[in-house]
Amino acid sequence: MTNTPAPALEVAQLRVGFGGTDVVHGIDLTIMPGECVAIVGESGSGKSVTARALLGMAGADSRTSAEHLRIDGLDLGAASEREWRRERGRRAGLILQDALGSLDPLRTVGREIEDPLRIHLRLPASERRARVLRLLADVGMPDPVSAVRRRSGELSGGLRQRALIAAAIALDPPLLIADEPTTALDVTVQARILALLDEIRERGTGVLLISHDLAVVSRMADRILVMREGRIIEQGSTGEVLEAPREDYTRSLIAAVPAEVPRGVRLSATPMRPATQSGALPTISSPLRPSHDPAIRTTPLLELSHLTKTFAVPGGRFTAVDDVSLSLHRGETLGLVGESGSGKTTVARLALALTTPDSGSVRFDGEEWSALDERQRRPTRHRIGAIYQDPLGSFDPRWNVGRLLADAVRGAREAGTSDVSAGPTAPVVAVLLDQVGLAASVADRKPMTLSGGQRQRVAIARALAGSPELLICDEPVSALDVTIQAQILDLLDDIQRERGLALLFISHDLGVVHHMADHVAVMRAGRIVESGDAGRVFTQPGHPYTAQLVADSPRLAT
Amino acid sequence: MSDLELQQATAVSAAAHAPARRRGRMPRTGTLVAGAFVLFLLAATVAPELVATQDPNAISPVDAFQSPSPAHWFGTDESGRDIYSRVVAGTATSLLIGISATAIGLALGLVLGVLASFGGRIVDFGVNRLVEVLFAFPGLLLALLVIVVYGPGPVTATVAVGLSTAPGYARIIRGQLVAIRSSQYVEAARVLGRSPARILSRHVLPNALIPIFVLATLGIGQAIVWAAALSYLGLGAQPPAAEWGAMLAAGRTYLATAWWMTVFPGLMIVGTTIATTVLGRALTRRGRGER
Repeated sequence: MTNTPAPALEVAQLRVGFGGTDVVHGIDLTIMPGECVAIVGESGSGKSVTARALLGMAGADSRTSAEHLRIDGLDLGAASEREWRRERGRRAGLILQDALGSLDPLRTVGREIEDPLRIHLRLPASERRARVLRLLADVGMPDPVSAVRRRSGELSGGLRQRALIAAAIALDPPLLIADEPTTALDVTVQARILALLDEIRERGTGVLLISHDLAVVSRMADRILVMREGRIIEQGSTGEVLEAPREDYTRSLIAAVPAEVPRGVRLSATPMRPATQSGALPTISSPLRPSHDPAIRTTPLLELSHLTKTFAVPGGRFTAVDDVSLSLHRGETLGLVGESGSGKTTVARLALALTTPDSGSVRFDGEEWSALDERQRRPTRHRIGAIYQDPLGSFDPRWNVGRLLADAVRGAREAGTSDVSAGPTAPVVAVLLDQVGLAASVADRKPMTLSGGQRQRVAIARALAGSPELLICDEPVSALDVTIQAQILDLLDDIQRERGLALLFISHDLGVVHHMADHVAVMRAGRIVESGDAGRVFTQPGHPYTAQLVADSPRLAT
Repeated sequence: MSDLELQQATAVSAAAHAPARRRGRMPRTGTLVAGAFVLFLLAATVAPELVATQDPNAISPVDAFQSPSPAHWFGTDESGRDIYSRVVAGTATSLLIGISATAIGLALGLVLGVLASFGGRIVDFGVNRLVEVLFAFPGLLLALLVIVVYGPGPVTATVAVGLSTAPGYARIIRGQLVAIRSSQYVEAARVLGRSPARILSRHVLPNALIPIFVLATLGIGQAIVWAAALSYLGLGAQPPAAEWGAMLAAGRTYLATAWWMTVFPGLMIVGTTIATTVLGRALTRRGRGER
């Protein structure tokens, strides 16, 4: 092995610390040209800090040290900021999750991509422009000539990410670091970006892919490193890690991927809560999949018929929801899948009667719902709960958890539906917190001091305070890490079984919907293109768009 | 009193994501100094005779134009009055003008802002145009206009300053109310079946107004400067009243020979403005969860 090319990246004992605490504890990593190595871990595991430290960008108040840090054979372990500036872009490109934040909103895409060329190479302007066009064509930007003149705000998320990749590979660096490059993107777009990165790798670039999602990296990575609390706890070829994980933690990451995990199978390693464990058979409050009971089937709990909603936009009206009909029965879960902008959230808002349809109607439990005025609706509102993608935004920022929940309990009492109808609210709040797996002490905290998973649990507790029959979940786990996502999905599953709740479960993530839903509706550009039994829709899609979504959705490549 | 500061005052969620880098529970040194200065001002307002023992208006021609000395810390003016005592005596006037003017501006702004955000589209349009017209006048010009109509004097000056700060508050309050009414937590409250009155009193008003009151502490300093400017022009407090702006004007003639006549009242204006601003900013930071 004497004439092997220099590794694209070779780092030994990389350590990064902030203040007095180390966040990365000695990482060894080698990436050969044309190889893709993935670092997988949850938020806070130190993977993003590692990515930045590899480019000398861990931050002004950080301490980075390494026995050696060689990029394409050049040791940069002790490089000054000035030396780093000369090498960044030339030897290593960086792609971040937030393409909108990474591109200057006031500059055109062309200028952004030209920057590395201008700084590092002496090229005549005409040749620079030609290279920018070639780069944009390389990354699959449709119509590069007009894209050059556009600004990042005028591009969709996927195209923005392409522009960013073009800037990162402008100097054809031997190493490309991609930190969650597809996390904010829709599945079909994600699949295309991953394919693009794979192409770049095939041309001989070493790629370091960083993600919290094993399913995303499993398609592309040759090797996987599992990172936790600043250490690499397991590594090996992708096949080895996925098929024969040695660490429990790795197993929990694999188990947390919901794709193709049948309904009712737990995703997280946390034990079932006692309430469900004790009752091996369903108790009175947990009807077993009532979808098969014809008596209940007759009146849907929620029925949307021929809903249409348009919004005024410059130069006309935009049809967000176009003739949508759905029905949801007690105890069932209806999954609503679609990419961003497909109208899913508008459907949720229509179902919650937060906005009125242009035509069509919403009926709740056989009664008029959307046609009522708000005053008539108010006494019934507690029967429908809602949880959102961003729970923090749905909490009054001045209130702590205890006050938020106590307020919900008092509201439920006024409506006459609380489980405990009188007395102090504190014990009821404690019970609610317990039901969602939170300690009673959380009541004293403000939501902003809680983690994303805890916040979503508080949101669920608040929704449960009014003993709802229907829970509308709009992207409830999209902002969460896979392992936390698994816990929240399990929690929703438990609660549904205990209370016989109906769920309208909205997500862009097919894996999640497949795991949760009995029935599923696929939405595209405001219309339902396909609906039916979840198993059937995902295994034998009847519409080409569904087939495309299924094909593009990430799953473990075993 | 900018939109940026308002954003800082309300950017609660941003702080949650920022890396926690706190300085412990102690306030910053600057905040402590500013606090001490404001305490001194309050003492001078409530009990000026305790802070300065000499009569601010006692004329003593023999002692005229004395430079600062142990007997007269800040020197004496052309009539031999003790500048230190006069500065202390003027504190009440200046603070009163600053606080009342801010209160007037805030109250007017509140009325306009609430009208604009709750009064429907036509009222909103009308209020916004009115606010824009008021914005088009420089604040001091607007104040001068009021004084031209109602004649000079401390009360008119206060009203005038308050009036000229009102459009700023109105616009910010309207923006806050509109943003919070369409916020997700207000929507969440609707989903929970809360009545509009309850949503307004529990969620909208507190969240919209608390940052504004914090912001208003920043406005007090500004109002004091404006009131002093009006007095300097002879349109506010009238001599022989010990008011800082009026004292500046009186000392102007003797600037070359008796610098202390202008420097000390000037320092008081600067110091008060800085102190209230520093305290206002500390409150803003507290609102963001920093120290």
